[in-house]
Amino acid sequence: MDFLRPETLAEALALKSERPDAVPIAGGTDVMVELNFDHRRPAALLDLTRIPELREHSSENGVVRIGSGVPYVRIIDELGGALPALAMASRTVGSPQIRNRGTVGGNLGAASPAGDTHPVLLVAGATVEAASARGVRFIPATEFYLGVKRNALEPDELITAIHVPATRAPQQFSKVGTRNAMVIAVCSFAVALHPGENRVGAAVGSAAPTPRRATEAEEFLSGELTATGQWESPKPLLDSVKRRFGELVAQAASPIDDVRGSAAYRKHALSVLARRTLGWAWQDYTGKAA
Amino acid sequence: MSLTPAELTSSVSGGIGSSPQRPDGNLKVRGEYAYASDLWHEDMIWGATLRSPHPYAKILSIDLTEALKVPGVYAVLTHQDVPGRNLYGLEHKDQPVLAEDVVRYQGEPVALVGADHPETALRAMKRIKVEYEVLTPVVDMETAIDDTPLHPGGNLVRHVPIRRGDVSAKADVVVTGRYEVGMQDQAFLGPESGLAVPAEDGGVDLYIATQWLHVDQKQIASALGMPLPKVRLTLSGVGGAFGGREDLSMQVHACLLALHTGKPTKMVYNREESFYGHVHRHPAVLYYEHGADHTGKLVYVKAKIYLDGGAYASSTSAVVANAATLGIGPYEVHNLSIDAWGVYTNNPPCGAMRGFGAVQAAFAYESQMDKLAEALGMDPVDVRIMNAMTEGTLMPTGQVVDSAAPVAQLLKLVKDKPLPPPSGSVGSAGSAGVDLRNLPGGVSNTTHGEGVVRGVGYAVGIKNICFSEGYDDYSTARVRLQVINGEPAALAHTAACEVGQGLVTIMQQIVRSELGVERVTILPMDTSIGNGGSTSASRQTYVTGGAVRAACLAVKDKLAKLAAGRSTTDLVELLGDQVIDETVEWRHRATEPLDPVTGQGNAHVQYGFAAHRAVVDVDIELGVVKVVELDCAQDVGKALNPQAVIGQIQGGSAQGLGLAVMEEIQTAGGKVRNPSFTDYLIPTVLDMPPMSIDVLELADPNAPYGVRGVGEPPTISSTPAIVAAIRNATGLALTRVPVRPEHITNT
Repeated sequence: MDFLRPETLAEALALKSERPDAVPIAGGTDVMVELNFDHRRPAALLDLTRIPELREHSSENGVVRIGSGVPYVRIIDELGGALPALAMASRTVGSPQIRNRGTVGGNLGAASPAGDTHPVLLVAGATVEAASARGVRFIPATEFYLGVKRNALEPDELITAIHVPATRAPQQFSKVGTRNAMVIAVCSFAVALHPGENRVGAAVGSAAPTPRRATEAEEFLSGELTATGQWESPKPLLDSVKRRFGELVAQAASPIDDVRGSAAYRKHALSVLARRTLGWAWQDYTGKAA
Repeated sequence: MSLTPAELTSSVSGGIGSSPQRPDGNLKVRGEYAYASDLWHEDMIWGATLRSPHPYAKILSIDLTEALKVPGVYAVLTHQDVPGRNLYGLEHKDQPVLAEDVVRYQGEPVALVGADHPETALRAMKRIKVEYEVLTPVVDMETAIDDTPLHPGGNLVRHVPIRRGDVSAKADVVVTGRYEVGMQDQAFLGPESGLAVPAEDGGVDLYIATQWLHVDQKQIASALGMPLPKVRLTLSGVGGAFGGREDLSMQVHACLLALHTGKPTKMVYNREESFYGHVHRHPAVLYYEHGADHTGKLVYVKAKIYLDGGAYASSTSAVVANAATLGIGPYEVHNLSIDAWGVYTNNPPCGAMRGFGAVQAAFAYESQMDKLAEALGMDPVDVRIMNAMTEGTLMPTGQVVDSAAPVAQLLKLVKDKPLPPPSGSVGSAGSAGVDLRNLPGGVSNTTHGEGVVRGVGYAVGIKNICFSEGYDDYSTARVRLQVINGEPAALAHTAACEVGQGLVTIMQQIVRSELGVERVTILPMDTSIGNGGSTSASRQTYVTGGAVRAACLAVKDKLAKLAAGRSTTDLVELLGDQVIDETVEWRHRATEPLDPVTGQGNAHVQYGFAAHRAVVDVDIELGVVKVVELDCAQDVGKALNPQAVIGQIQGGSAQGLGLAVMEEIQTAGGKVRNPSFTDYLIPTVLDMPPMSIDVLELADPNAPYGVRGVGEPPTISSTPAIVAAIRNATGLALTRVPVRPEHITNT
């Protein structure tokens, strides 16, 4: 196995173009586990840790650009204000050691249905910046996840950054696991309010072959809020609205029975998470609007 | 003149009753401690094990051709290369070193590869072609006895009946229940590993992480067809054991490869292989009926207990005896009918794990005590105290409990502790300043107080300490005293395994106290000295501690002879150039076998007791549990090292917490579904609360220093206390552990 260590992004893209079978590695929290268990034996590893711009984040025109090699711990510490749900999701990843090394770029690269940041990227309107020797393209998160551990990258492309609109509107992320820390999601849920667009984003994780938006739940709630004029003058949400939202979120999922939980539990838990997180987000919004 | 202990101990610190620093403590915290997996030898090769993918299958053929072609491969071995007896086992020799014509569990070793690199070994291993005829596995412990026989003698490993008094006696209140205990794993962090080095005499030196050097040695020598002295074992750094290292794993395999190739051979399991490489806690199905009079006094108990031993017997026989003899808990009941069966199935083999048969029974009998309290409208602690055994009580075996049994006192201690404030965040949903880490779900942000209900539960348990049923249970200790560089120095040597519990510290403390010598060196544990017995059954401080003390007393006898007629008590002057070196074999008092029909007999050495109170917050909508408090009271007879005692109680309680709410090897059709720490979850710091612990020191007059085994009792009562608290919060019956979110949410 070759270990490729480019010093610059251009060099990395050239290498990836020559060696599309090279597996990119940053924190190594997924890749190294697979190598250690001999589940995967790529012809080459492409080490991205020497490329400084991948480890930077910046903000421009209300959009935060997070280099794909920025570890979770920095998202939690440095970006919690602008990207609240992404910071919340990052906080639930693994242990402190894993959060020190693991990256959102890696989460996207692995594209596991249980990846913690995916539902957030879906509701926050994130875009994946994919680069190759051929150039740069932007893939909306909503078009990125194709199947279990499959994503929209071309073989010669690397994820260079994630662009996430900064927000002052409430967002929430929540996940259920069978222990109180360091747990892979049994199911997860993210919600984001977009008052400027009179729109709500909702997405589920670990409850379908890919992370996915709960479109009907989004449309129901956006419609309900708009029709009742609540974006302008928010009032406490009716329980019936929160419950309906929860039901529609559960319906958006197509979970399986597995060793981590039953499909029935996942649907049930998603409806509870949706109801609760919406309640918190709306309470925040009510507070802010008032 | 003769020396008194006071004269010898006057100037020494770090003796018994204090908590000197562990020699391995700092190294472990810094990550510098050498575990067995860190062993290294010039020119060593690496071993890998090909395992059966099927729970039950005939082996039709094994083709090694392609594996042998892989460059870097030194040997590929099958059962045909086992020179001695291809069967081993702790109690029954029923398990092949390498499978012959049949495999009886998923993960059973079939072939070995030795190669110059671990990955070469793995690659070659995957090129071995084994043709199987897959058979229908036997997986139900309740019907296994009448199912396809998996071994020549059928599927019953052992049945232990206990009959005493008259179970048709009239009871005012009767409660019945069926309970299930899932398969828990020891989940030690240091996987199975060792290094076998071929020796010039044709024998082998094995450096190994194990719990019992001499029983390993005996089984390895038998499989290698070698006399015992040619198989020498030295204990390497052990990363936890909890019963999972009592059986052989890679010991014989590494020796076979080393002897076959003439090369030092290292084997290390990865985490997944480790789940297949050691026995687990027996899953159990338990049926109970308790009858009581209207005051709550127990009239009779009937129980039928099934324990799934899996494919091979391991220590199932002894586990069954524990489940039966400790089957009603620390209570006084005169009319009893208990049956416990241990059976063979094609599930993963099960054997020793902390609590050893007592854990399974305790979940059932403590659930029954709560059910009885509810039926009577009594407080659950009151009904326990009313029936609590005391010194003088007859065990179900008819054995008299002849030292302290402070069951009522332990229950009162945990009950009288102040309760924590109510879950502060209830009703403050969404409010800022909620510390999520204190709520069910933690930072996963599942609740800000919604759905959270508080519950409180109690449990008490009983465990036999040391080996039972007439087993000749002893330990050997050698103590040497001499003057080195003008200072008195002692050296102690045993074959009793330090597995992380702190035995080396205890041994040092005993020698310091007995000989009044501060400098005490503990030699590496190996088979050059006699048997130290198993590091299990909470027995090492008792038995090896007893042996070290006895060796010290023998040294002191010699010292007294040297001192005769002299005026000095100074060790340096007394000893001069003399070296005093004494080796002693020490036994605890003898036990008896159980009567095979009535289950009567003085089978146990000593009993240990602990009680817990658990306080939980349950998110009843999501089924997520946060254990808020888990307080414990335990009698330890005498705390030789108080800090180590607290550590054992914390660790044991945490392991019980794991069984209560998360730890289970899930199987389907005999196959393990979660062989990883991603899906076999053990408690983290956010799952295990800080504990308030009361330690009683009611000396057992029969035991050295009055000690009572510490390691296992806290594991036993922790689980049922937590489940009782979850029941208290939810009102659900919860008859199975671990309790899963699905059980609480009925999904």
